[in-house]
Amino acid sequence: MIPDTLKTKLKRRVAAAITNREAAIDVMKSLQAHYGWLTDEAVQEAAEIVGLSTLQIEELATFYEMIYRRPVGRRVIHACDSISCWAMGGEALLAHLSGHLEIKVGETTADGAFTLLPCCCLGNCGEAPTMMIGDTIYGRVTLESALEILKRERGEI
Amino acid sequence: MEQILFRHNRPGRVVTFEEYRSEGGFSALKKGLTTMSPDGVQQTVIDSGMRGRGGAGFPTGKKWSFVPRNLPGPRWLICNCDEMEPGTYKDRILLESNPYSLVEGIILACYAIGVRHAFIFIRRGYEQAAANLKNAVAEAHGAGFLGENIFGSGFSCDVDIHLSAGRYICGEETALMNSLEGRRANPRAKPPFPAIKGLWGGPTVVNNVESLANVPYIIAHGAEWFKGTAATAEASGMKLFCVSGHVANPGCFELPLGTRLGEIIYGPCGGMRHGSSFKACLPGGASTPYLTAEQLDVAMDFDPVAKEGSRLGTGGIVVFDQHTCMVGATLNLVRFYARESCGWCTPCREGLPYVVHLLEKIEAGQGREEHIQILKEHVQRLNYAFCALAPGAMGPVDGLLRHFEDEVREHITKSRCPFGGS
Ligand SMILES: Cc1cc2nc3c(=O)[nH]c(=O)nc-3n(C[C@H](O)[C@H](O)[C@H](O)COP(=O)(O)O)c2cc1C
Ligand code: SF4
Ligand code: FES
Repeated sequence: MIPDTLKTKLKRRVAAAITNREAAIDVMKSLQAHYGWLTDEAVQEAAEIVGLSTLQIEELATFYEMIYRRPVGRRVIHACDSISCWAMGGEALLAHLSGHLEIKVGETTADGAFTLLPCCCLGNCGEAPTMMIGDTIYGRVTLESALEILKRERGEI
Repeated sequence: MEQILFRHNRPGRVVTFEEYRSEGGFSALKKGLTTMSPDGVQQTVIDSGMRGRGGAGFPTGKKWSFVPRNLPGPRWLICNCDEMEPGTYKDRILLESNPYSLVEGIILACYAIGVRHAFIFIRRGYEQAAANLKNAVAEAHGAGFLGENIFGSGFSCDVDIHLSAGRYICGEETALMNSLEGRRANPRAKPPFPAIKGLWGGPTVVNNVESLANVPYIIAHGAEWFKGTAATAEASGMKLFCVSGHVANPGCFELPLGTRLGEIIYGPCGGMRHGSSFKACLPGGASTPYLTAEQLDVAMDFDPVAKEGSRLGTGGIVVFDQHTCMVGATLNLVRFYARESCGWCTPCREGLPYVVHLLEKIEAGQGREEHIQILKEHVQRLNYAFCALAPGAMGPVDGLLRHFEDEVREHITKSRCPFGGS
């Protein structure tokens, strides 16, 4: 269950919206930040807060790339696989990350630290290849610097 | 060369509200609201020849003029900052260095169209840009540039920032409206066009970040001045070109619209990276057909690029060198579109995975001659999809077949990728 303070805050967000639905993505993102992913419980809570059915929340949740409807690690690595990153070695980087973390793309490491996901263009194409971990964008990632970044991110969890 | 959008930039940080104002920022807003009528602002933007920077190049002032002024009920302005077109990052660079021109441009646009409430729709991943905009909106409020009765003109305006959760189709203007309303981001049928019936059923204008950010300068200096900043007589204004791929110095450069492609690549981009020679590029994002070395002289403006069989698109130039397999590049691009298809209509939902399948076969050396013909047919067929995503997806396939058919055929006759890919 989410704390009452968060619930009150989100209810206020919904009340300030032009229609309830307009706040749905915001509410889901906040609940995801709280739980780590959008759990079944979070879907229920979002439905209640926004005033939609759970099915209506579900159809939104499954549409967006950055809403996780399944469990993820404490950090999600989004590695861009769009064209500029592809041209600059993005495929090799993704394979390298997958090898180093000993997981397939889409999986979570055994210690629950990282989930590895390919993603669409992160708008950092001039500094390809690019990946995003949490809210941090990393550009010009090399096979070596990738491992440094993972080490640092792991240290901060 | 004088810059427009980048003129206030500070190295390595965002310009402050005070700095922007001391350099003339928000004076266009004052000029517009206190000395010009809404129609006057709109007419100046029409006269400036400004064409939308979001991809389609529709004349900005003309789009505003489609909004009926006499309908009761609210009307809306949405600034499109979804920017998920691969190869495109200009709006992010602009907002990370200066969010104020956009805020000023939005208020002027709202004044022209009679909008009380505007939204900025921002993609996931642009958290810094969103934070800058939030500050800028708050500062504009504090200074009385937003809110009630701005400059005593009787005009009131508010700006809300809507953060998205990542999905390329949200950038399509009618899908964007559904997304903003908290619905699945499937596109809507047109007509009715958004200018008549858009967000919550009200008249709505959707403009790109770069389009709106230019408006204050058009109002401050006039339509003729704006036209004159371009490189050719036909073009109008400056453009943010964001370059990526195999050049020595990729980056986002503000250059006169109509600058030649070769001048961009061998000028600010410093030519190709060491050991590379130019083979082809996407001139304006992932959905634009390739241009080749024979086309480096094309003026980077809407009509000249169209004449060369491609589109200026977003101005996101992705450059490929001689080692790039164009089948592989096209496969990557169509995979992106197949994954981002919103699933609403059959040609796109079923057709794009089939095109991916054919390109995979060819790339793996299992292609057959007839596949080339099937691909050509699909370039035509996907024009019948519900929105512009699917025709856009076929842009690179079209370019591949027009410029690199021999390379495709080589994959087939040799039963392998000549570049060693698979
Ligand atoms: C699939 C798709 C994605 C789009 N993504 C964007 C985008 O991220 N940003 C944008 O400004 N326009 C995007 N557009 C174009 C918009 O639909 C619309 O034409 C544009 O925002 C209008 O602004 P402008 O007239 O200032 O160019 C996209 C179009 C399609 C079909
Ligand atoms: S063309 Fe693709 S993205 Fe557009 S409506 Fe059809 S399925 Fe959706
Ligand atoms: S293509 Fe990877 S960040 Fe744009």
